[in-house]
Formats: sequence, C-alpha cells, structure tokens
Amino acid sequence: MEQVIANGLYLGAQYALIALGLTLIFALMNVLNFAHGQMYVLGGFVTYTIYGQLKLPFVVALICSGVTLAIIGALMEKFLFRTVIRRSKREESTMLLAAATAFFLDAVMLLLFGEKQRGVPKIISGVFISERVILPYDRILVGVVAILMIAAFMVFMQYSRPGRAMRALAQDRVAAQLMGVKVERYSMIGFALGAMLAGVVGGLLVSITGVNSGIGGPISIKAFLMVMIGGAGVVGGAIAGGFILGMMESVGLATLREYGDITYLAIFALLMIFLSIRPHGLMGKPWG
Amino acid sequence: MGSEMINRRSTLKSLALGAVSFLAITAGGVLSAYAENKELKIGFVGVTSGPAAAWGTSNVRSMQTRADWLNEKGGVKIGDDTYNITIVTFDDQKDPKRAIAGMEKMAQEGIRYVVGPNVDDGAAAVRPVAESKGIIYFPYAFPKALYTPPASNAILGMVANYQSGPAIYKYLKENKGVKKVAFIAANESDPLSQRDSGVAAAKELGLEVVAEKDTYQNDTRDFTPVLTPIVQLKPDLLVLSGVAPANAPLLIRAARELGYEGLISAETAQDATVLQEGAGELANGFISVGGASTPEIRTPVMEEFIDRYTKKYGEYNDESNTKVYALEYIIETLKANPKAIDDVEEFKKTVDAFSAPNPFAKDSTLKYVGMTSFGQKRQLSVPMVVTEFKDGEFQTLFIGEVD
Repeated sequence: MEQVIANGLYLGAQYALIALGLTLIFALMNVLNFAHGQMYVLGGFVTYTIYGQLKLPFVVALICSGVTLAIIGALMEKFLFRTVIRRSKREESTMLLAAATAFFLDAVMLLLFGEKQRGVPKIISGVFISERVILPYDRILVGVVAILMIAAFMVFMQYSRPGRAMRALAQDRVAAQLMGVKVERYSMIGFALGAMLAGVVGGLLVSITGVNSGIGGPISIKAFLMVMIGGAGVVGGAIAGGFILGMMESVGLATLREYGDITYLAIFALLMIFLSIRPHGLMGKPWG
Repeated sequence: MGSEMINRRSTLKSLALGAVSFLAITAGGVLSAYAENKELKIGFVGVTSGPAAAWGTSNVRSMQTRADWLNEKGGVKIGDDTYNITIVTFDDQKDPKRAIAGMEKMAQEGIRYVVGPNVDDGAAAVRPVAESKGIIYFPYAFPKALYTPPASNAILGMVANYQSGPAIYKYLKENKGVKKVAFIAANESDPLSQRDSGVAAAKELGLEVVAEKDTYQNDTRDFTPVLTPIVQLKPDLLVLSGVAPANAPLLIRAARELGYEGLISAETAQDATVLQEGAGELANGFISVGGASTPEIRTPVMEEFIDRYTKKYGEYNDESNTKVYALEYIIETLKANPKAIDDVEEFKKTVDAFSAPNPFAKDSTLKYVGMTSFGQKRQLSVPMVVTEFKDGEFQTLFIGEVD
C-alpha cells in the first residue's frame, strides 16, 4: 500500500504542475488552450536538444525550455488570441484557434524533431529501496521540484505585483481595467507564464518519460481532466485535481488489474457522476 | 584583317550554335528518354501522425527512399515498358474511417497496389474497398481473417506475433530456463490481440502465465504504477505485447528501476536509438524481433539503402529493415507478370510460384509464404531475426523463417 501511495503522490505532483498552466490561462482569458499539451512537448524537445544533444547542464536546458515557451506564449497571445478575442464575440473562436495552434505545433514538431521517441540521460542515478517502497531517486527529485515549483507559483501569484494584477484580472476583467490594471500587458504575461509552466514541466519530465511529437493531444486531455475535477480556472483546484487523478490512477492500477484495463473506465464513470453533482468541480470558479 | 575577323566571328558563332544545338539535342534526348518512362503509382495508407506516427513514417520513408533510388537508375523495366515509381501517401491518423477514405482515394487515382494500413482495425476496415475496387494491399496488421480464404486481397507485410512469439518463448524456455511469464499490453485492439495469442502460445508450451490481464493506456508516460503489481509477481519473463517503440524504453526502465531482474521481450520491431536514449543500459538483454536485417545478414544493397535513407531523412529507423520489403515485392512480382500491372487477379496468380533473389539479405529469396498460418500464400517472406539489445545495438540471437 505504501508503494501505491508513493506512486500516487509522485504522479499527482507531476499532474498538478501540468494542469497549473492550463488553468491559469483559462482563469485569465477564458481560453481553453488545447495546445497546452503541445507546449509541454515543445518544452521537452528544447530540453532534449540542449541537455541530451548539446550536453549542456540540465538546469540550463530547463531554463531554456521555460524561456522559449514563455516567448512563444507571449507571441501567441499578442498576435493570435488578442486579435481573435477583440474581433469575435463568440467564445468558440478562441477554442478553434487553440485547436488549430495545437495541430500546427504538432506538425512543426514532427518536421523538426521526427517521429521517434526521444530520451535524455538520467539526471540522477540510483533507486531508493526500503522494505515497503521502491522509488528511483530521479522520480523523488522530480516530485520534490514539482512541489517546490507549485509553491513558488502560488507565492508569486499571492504576493507579487504581476500576480496580484493577474488575480484581479481573473476575478473581474472590467473592474481590474477600471482600477488601472493594464489588461493587455497582464494577459500577455499570464499567457506567457502558463506556456512557460507547460514548457518547464515538459523539460523536467523528459528526464523520466522522454518525449515524442505525438503525445501533445493526450497530455492536453489529461490536463483538462484534472482541471475539471478541481474546478476550471482555480489554481488550488488544478493542484487538487492533479493529486486526486494521480492517486486514483495509482490505486486503480494496483487494485483493479485483475479485471483488465478498467481503471480509466472507473475514473471517467466517477468523473461523470461527480460533475453531475458538482458541475464546477471541487472548487468551482470563484470569480466567474 | 576584316575578313579574318568576320571569319573568326563566323567560326565562333558556328561553334556556339553547334554547342547549343548539341546541348539541346542531348538534353532533349535525356528529357525525352525520362519522359518516355511511364508512371507506376504505388499507394500508402497508414498512420504518419500522432503517437503511432513512427510505424507509418518508416513505411513511407522506406518506400520513398527506394523509389527515388530506382528512378535515379532509370526506372523499373516491367514487360516492354520502363516505369518511374511514384509514391502516393495518405495519413489515416490511425482512424479506420480515414483509412477507408484513403483507400477510396487510391482507387480514384487508379492505384492497384497499396502498402498499409498499420493497425488491425484500419486493415479490417479497408477490406471491402480493396476487394470491390480491385486493390492488393499490404497491411502490417495480424488478424488472420484478412489473409485466409475467402479473403485474397491482403498480404501481410511482416512476421506476425503468433509466428514469432512461440519461437521466442521456446528459445527462452530451452536456453534461459524461463518458467513463469507475465504479459502486459496497451489497451488497444492490436496489442490486446497480440497478448491473447501470446498467452495461448505460452500456455501451449507449458509455461506458467502469472499475469495476462494487465494493460495500460497507450498515452501513459510513467509506467511505475502499472508495473508495480506485476514486478511483485516475480516472473522469469515479462512480455510487452504489441508494444510501440515509443513505450518500450519507458516500460523497460520502469520495470528495472522497480527491481525486476528477469527477462523482457517483445514481438514487435523496435529502434536501437530509441531504446538507448530512453532506457540506456537498463535495456541490455531486451529481446525483440529486431527487424529483418542485422549487420550479419545485410547485403551491400541494404547497406546502401540505409545510407541513402539516412542522408535523405537525417536518421535511420530500424523498423525500415522490414518496411523496405513491401515495395520490392510489388515491383518484382509485377516484373514476373507484367499483366498484373492493371489486373490484380494476375498478381494473385503469380504469387504462388513467385521467387526472386532477395537484394537486402544474404542467402535469401523473395517469396510469398503463409500456408501454415493462413492456408494460402498471403504473407511476405522476410527474415525473422530475433535480437538481443546490448549497449546500443541489436545482436542476433537466432534467425527463423515463416513457412
């Protein structure tokens, strides 16, 4: 059982970090970013190139992943989403744009990085072995880094000037504008931050799970699942959703294995029942 | 002096005109010879995007590399005509509905020979189109119904897992003392059917199957939770049924890191670079059907193919060791019976007695097989090379053949 809990916590930390960027962008701009998974993949490929191919330190690669995706996110917001939001009254326009961006990034990555699965050398070797738990050190490290990053993100959102501005923006866009918050600037910063989180977590996890150009879609779906559990647009909800999904996956795989692949069937069935009772997820969207 | 200049000028003009004419005639000759070649379109319907893109991409790239090479040599002589090969591709995105649309497109373009699809449901879905429109297709999918009578238009492009699996288990039982086996498969039709036939084969050999229902979602990125309960069963052999090349290193790595010390095998072709990058030395000892070519059996033609492929696409894919064969079989069979170029019934008549030298493997011939498995010759004979991964390379364990 201890092993199952350890697996669940570790998976949950990963998942929560993946969902954070998605929920941030949704909270700020009401945009369902279908390209979130592709941004994660691109971050993975940047780390693969810099750490795996160019043999530079892992930390440098991780920073490059974050910076690259932040720039891409900012450009996407400025030239694509801002334009569409300004010109279209229909919310589905941004969804279509996000879906198109996802397909575009998929195609570009397939061209640039090929169809193969890519991996990098382990950042730390060895396995922690006790009587009840076996966990490789690199997974422990990634889990700890993920939790630290989540904490740093929450501190940033709570106490920094841009964080406060973004929270104000998420609560009420018009009121924030009237109070002097520069909506366009902080929307761009928020989108860049969301993309950066996707890139950093992609880079972080490439050391364990590798990366290939086709996994963006499934990553996005899983991130949406977490956001739906926790409540769209709520940072705490995304974190809770990540840990709940990780734990459900771990427990389900350990206890239901005799019955074939019904873990995700059970998760989806539970999610349907849960959403019919709480359509806004665990924490709802407090500001909208 | 003046007349000398005029003469010189005239001479230069004549020389220039002559040179231009010569070049024009030569170029015209070359161009007309090139233009005289007819076009032979060969289709591909399979997956070249998404998580399984590697399967179809290795098909397309193999076909394109070989077609360019043959065209560069002046084309392919079939009967009295010489043809340039054109590869027409369609990405079915692993969706059976799109696979049908792809096969319809091939029929509209008058294409008689199509490589693909890459998966079971796609291959089953295109069968009615192929049969009604007179198309011979070469799936990389294992359902026996596609290849057994009354079906006759599908020809299996590789060694099926129910052919390689028993050979591998028998070898491991006899040579490595394997007694307990555990199976794990992705929750998709191909891997699940491969797992079921693997389980049956293992039981028939008298092996104890300790896990036969464990599955994972194909988009799983971390296999630690999936493998934890299986590793605790301590099997001698862990079979990764129908595992995609992208998932194999992740599964191997997770199993080894959880302390699993037994053997790991798969009946699907894998890629050495992907294994090395994804699992490193943890993948040492991994047994798989390593494509139809290893350095020991390669001919110079295969070496050149790998070289050309690498130059064209930047990196070779070991799956292409098998995927290179389909186009070669189509062309060689058409050479053997030129009437088949527009008539697939002629192709079917030729299949039974067809035989040609194998350009890619030493001491080997191209021939159609499958009598034992399908009751008719509806399978390409490619060497069944069972390999063991060691330090970044596949090493041959043994070579088998399907009858």
